Amino acid sequence: MQIPEQVDVVVVGAGPGGSRAAREAASLGLKTVVFEKRQEVGAPVRCGEGLGEAWMRINDIKLDRSWAKQEMHGAVVYSPSGKKIVIPTENKGWIIDRKVFDKQMAIDAGRAGARIFVKSTVYEVIKEGDIVKGVRVRTPYGSFDVEAKVVIAADGVESQTARSAGINTVNNAHEVDSGFQYEMVNIKFEHPDMIHLYFGNEIAPRGYVWIFPKGDDIANVGIGIIGQHEKTAKEFLDAFIEGHPEMFGEAAIVEMNGGCIPVGAPLSKPYMSGLMVIGDAAHMVNPIHGGGMGTSMEAGIIAARTAKKAIDAGDVSEKFLKQFYDEWMEKRGKQLLQVLKVRRFFEKLSDSDLEKLADMVTPELLLDIADGRKAKTFIKIISKAPKIAMLAAKELL
Amino acid sequence: MIKVDREKCIYCGGCVSVCPVNALTLLETRIDCDAKKCINCGICERFCPVGAIKVIKGGENADS
Repeated sequence: MQIPEQVDVVVVGAGPGGSRAAREAASLGLKTVVFEKRQEVGAPVRCGEGLGEAWMRINDIKLDRSWAKQEMHGAVVYSPSGKKIVIPTENKGWIIDRKVFDKQMAIDAGRAGARIFVKSTVYEVIKEGDIVKGVRVRTPYGSFDVEAKVVIAADGVESQTARSAGINTVNNAHEVDSGFQYEMVNIKFEHPDMIHLYFGNEIAPRGYVWIFPKGDDIANVGIGIIGQHEKTAKEFLDAFIEGHPEMFGEAAIVEMNGGCIPVGAPLSKPYMSGLMVIGDAAHMVNPIHGGGMGTSMEAGIIAARTAKKAIDAGDVSEKFLKQFYDEWMEKRGKQLLQVLKVRRFFEKLSDSDLEKLADMVTPELLLDIADGRKAKTFIKIISKAPKIAMLAAKELL
Repeated sequence: MIKVDREKCIYCGGCVSVCPVNALTLLETRIDCDAKKCINCGICERFCPVGAIKVIKGGENADS
């Protein structure tokens, strides 16, 4: 197996962001190579596996029932005391199978002309001065230096590539959620076409428990909690499952997984000469629900198009590649920063504050707020609870 | 220095992402800790979703 010595673009990581970036770069005629450190793309899963249909349009992904397991038409939110709020939505979503989806994204990149090497670990970038010129990679075929005009680091939360280039991608321990999940079968639930979210500081401190139905009696049952807690995410989730025998009394576990969810601000400078950082590696994640597939793929497309422009112009300088960041900020980053403010506001609320909000706010408005919209309307409506309203004004405006 | 309980570890790589001194690496199912870099801060231990990490002060790179 011949590893190319010189390419236009090296993509590190074959998650959704990396594969989508590679597909775009190859489609634009760039000589593109993907290095994926795992021997199996997509496994093990580190994801709740929810994907809004809007993201498929934005990222030009054709829906395929091989990975789209169950259509979602809304959410059921449970307040700390168990008050149930059913929120049907017009926008559809899907619970997907990441093992099949990630593989398909890699297949699409390969078909577009990208060369993909699995079980191939990029352990550092090659730099000349402040310019990234390629990567060093260990593969089953030997260790190589690969020169690249542009490197796109899509290597997830661990993000060794950007770190070795000098971009600090370390997650602040208080700005991550610790995630844990079971895939279970033989669950008894109402609304198998809606996602279920359970809130409360006793249930999931700063986070929530989710049940994402995957068709029939199967679901992902997971939890995200604040990243530094004396109890583990697994302990909280096990307690939740034991507390709901009506759903899980007869259920069996068929998979266990987990991970780190960056819920802070995206990196303020995810680029340097010859390098762009996308996806979890750049903390491009929705800080409220922790979703990162859609944003990663979107950033991957922007990075690949920027790479094409830069290579055509013969200018891969930091100044040129900043276009990638500016465009991403305009399209998505600004919204994520507003969502971060909303998360920080909700984090300061007690369980009884949350109950009050559940009584005052319509489900539709709750969704808008969670997406970083309609802060002023929200504050007006909750003015009956002046303390919460003042906090909201301080945090959200 | 840390000790990773291989029975509990789900190799999610979360510890790698929060390590402030870049002492940890994940390859497939194995977490490695560089004893020269580790500062025994305990951030990874508190982060770990399954409680698989224990800080062992003065210990070797112990991977049970």
